[in-house]
Amino acid sequence: MLTYAIKRVALAVLILFVVMLAMYGMVFLVPGDPASVALGPRATPALKAMLTERMGLDQPVAVQIWRFFTNAAQGDLGIDVWSKRPVLDQILEAFPQTLLLGTVALTWALTLGITLGVLAVVYRGTMIDRALGLISVSFISVPSFVVAIYLLLIFAVWLQWLPAIGAGKAGDIPSQIKALILPSIAVGIGWVGYLARMVRASMLEIMAANHIRTARAFGLPERRVVTRYALRLAIVPTISVIAVGLGSILSSAVFVETVFSRPGIGTLITGAVFKRNYPVVMGTVLVTTAFYLLVITCADLLIAKLDPRVRDALAR
Amino acid sequence: MNPPLLEIDALSIAYHTDHGKLSALRGASLIARAGEVIGIVGESGCGKSTLAASVINLLPHAAQVTSGAVRYKGQDILTLPPEAQRALRGQDIAMIFQDPMTAFNPVLTMGAQLVDFQHAAQIPRAEKLNRARALLTRVGMPDPDLTLRRYPHQLSGGMRQRVAIAAALLMNPTILVADEPTTALDVTMEAQIIHLLRDLRREYQGAILVITHHLGVVAELCDRVYVMYAGEVVEEALVDDLFHAPRHPYTSGLIACDPGHFEQAAPILPTIPGRLPDLRNPPIGCSFAPRCPLAETICATPPPRVQISPTQSALCHKAGGQP
Repeated sequence: MLTYAIKRVALAVLILFVVMLAMYGMVFLVPGDPASVALGPRATPALKAMLTERMGLDQPVAVQIWRFFTNAAQGDLGIDVWSKRPVLDQILEAFPQTLLLGTVALTWALTLGITLGVLAVVYRGTMIDRALGLISVSFISVPSFVVAIYLLLIFAVWLQWLPAIGAGKAGDIPSQIKALILPSIAVGIGWVGYLARMVRASMLEIMAANHIRTARAFGLPERRVVTRYALRLAIVPTISVIAVGLGSILSSAVFVETVFSRPGIGTLITGAVFKRNYPVVMGTVLVTTAFYLLVITCADLLIAKLDPRVRDALAR
Repeated sequence: MNPPLLEIDALSIAYHTDHGKLSALRGASLIARAGEVIGIVGESGCGKSTLAASVINLLPHAAQVTSGAVRYKGQDILTLPPEAQRALRGQDIAMIFQDPMTAFNPVLTMGAQLVDFQHAAQIPRAEKLNRARALLTRVGMPDPDLTLRRYPHQLSGGMRQRVAIAAALLMNPTILVADEPTTALDVTMEAQIIHLLRDLRREYQGAILVITHHLGVVAELCDRVYVMYAGEVVEEALVDDLFHAPRHPYTSGLIACDPGHFEQAAPILPTIPGRLPDLRNPPIGCSFAPRCPLAETICATPPPRVQISPTQSALCHKAGGQP
């Protein structure tokens, strides 16, 4: 188990390294010198040179990469080219907002998705099952930014029940909650459908397994059979799906935060890309990738903890 | 003679499939008394596992009991309320399943499951563990304490089947149903499990039902045998009569095809030609007639159940004559 944990962490660090290298590659593949694009057509050569130097782009690539990694390892992600604030500070401001949005969205998506999935299993083959299937698939098929725009139109513009933009006033909890409702629906709705389908499929498979028949043949109460014998097993594959879900919620946050003009990692990164603010782009990608890898590694370790078969396969 | 513990009375069960209704059991009857070991033999698809599942009414969703009854101590368990049926399962009637690889939950230890299976006993957990330990020793597990801490995948197939037998005996049931207890095992393991079951039957007070397609298992373990074909009981006999004076041509065919029975050096293993009839549309006459070497025109009409002796009967037009 311990060697497995070490291997997983080492692999995560390696992935992180490769992702950052790929990011560097992309900076140079995008057409146009970053400094000229950032400064616009009326930039003087002196200004361009200053900006290039400030972004560290005058150095050889190897030096840039070395600097970036050594600084990042010490918790220094560089300075914002425009505002001159440390990138880490900006990320630390924005990240909790995105994490809050993601957690709220995933929480209600999980609750509703698992409930709908279990309902479909209980009423399998009936009209309820078919209706739930239709709803789930339509939830999966609609992209989150389309949902976001319609939600804005209906609840913010026509009905005026909820605020259209922003994250609510600082310190005013009710206004912050109100501002979370529409974005979290936009982020989570696809997940409701996906989870409902997945829980239905895995519960149906497990309920038909031989060991469930054994548990019933020993007269265990049905509630015990479902919770201790079936759900305990159905949870295992769900953990990795939730982990991947949290990651993809980070990426759908890019759209949703833009549509709802919420502060967060998504708005930070889109703003930085438009302004060719490379230190911010690199820092944000590093932090989100690291977070995603952290979640996935934890999920893998948790699965190994919960499933003795996985644990033994790894020990070998 | 003892009153029957278990009486399956003209039970018919159909499965609803995409291609129509499939009659898995067609008026099968069976009696088991205390102290008896009953064998149920037949080839795959003859309905023997459906019969086993009906004893604890754990039939698949698609199955439907069309007629008949399963009486335990005189009471039809198919008409009992679900809670009363559940109370019988594992306590009065216990099952040993075919595939020991998948019979246990993979994420719970054997100890946790063996304790769970005693849920109806009002005794402390430590005592349940003691009972499990004692039974594991009884079925020949070398280190019961270690076994209790193990997960199913950490035990071999033969070990798991031993644990399954121990589990079935936990609540001291009056009826033990073993559905193909040795089918998934290799020959050495099979011999050991048969040995164990023979050993257990000497001290066991209730009735044991052994479902198998293996005549060797029947010869080793059983007192009386029911031979099934296409959802019907085609012959019922004491084990000696079955092997020495079979009256149904299907029984004779089964014995002739058993590699264990086949003594002389012959170049090829005999088989019964043909296949099982289509059970979505069962024949009106004898269902074995298309494959039967003795078939005549009369076999196209429903065969009678010919009582040969108080303990032997056969579902055949030709069973009346000398074997």
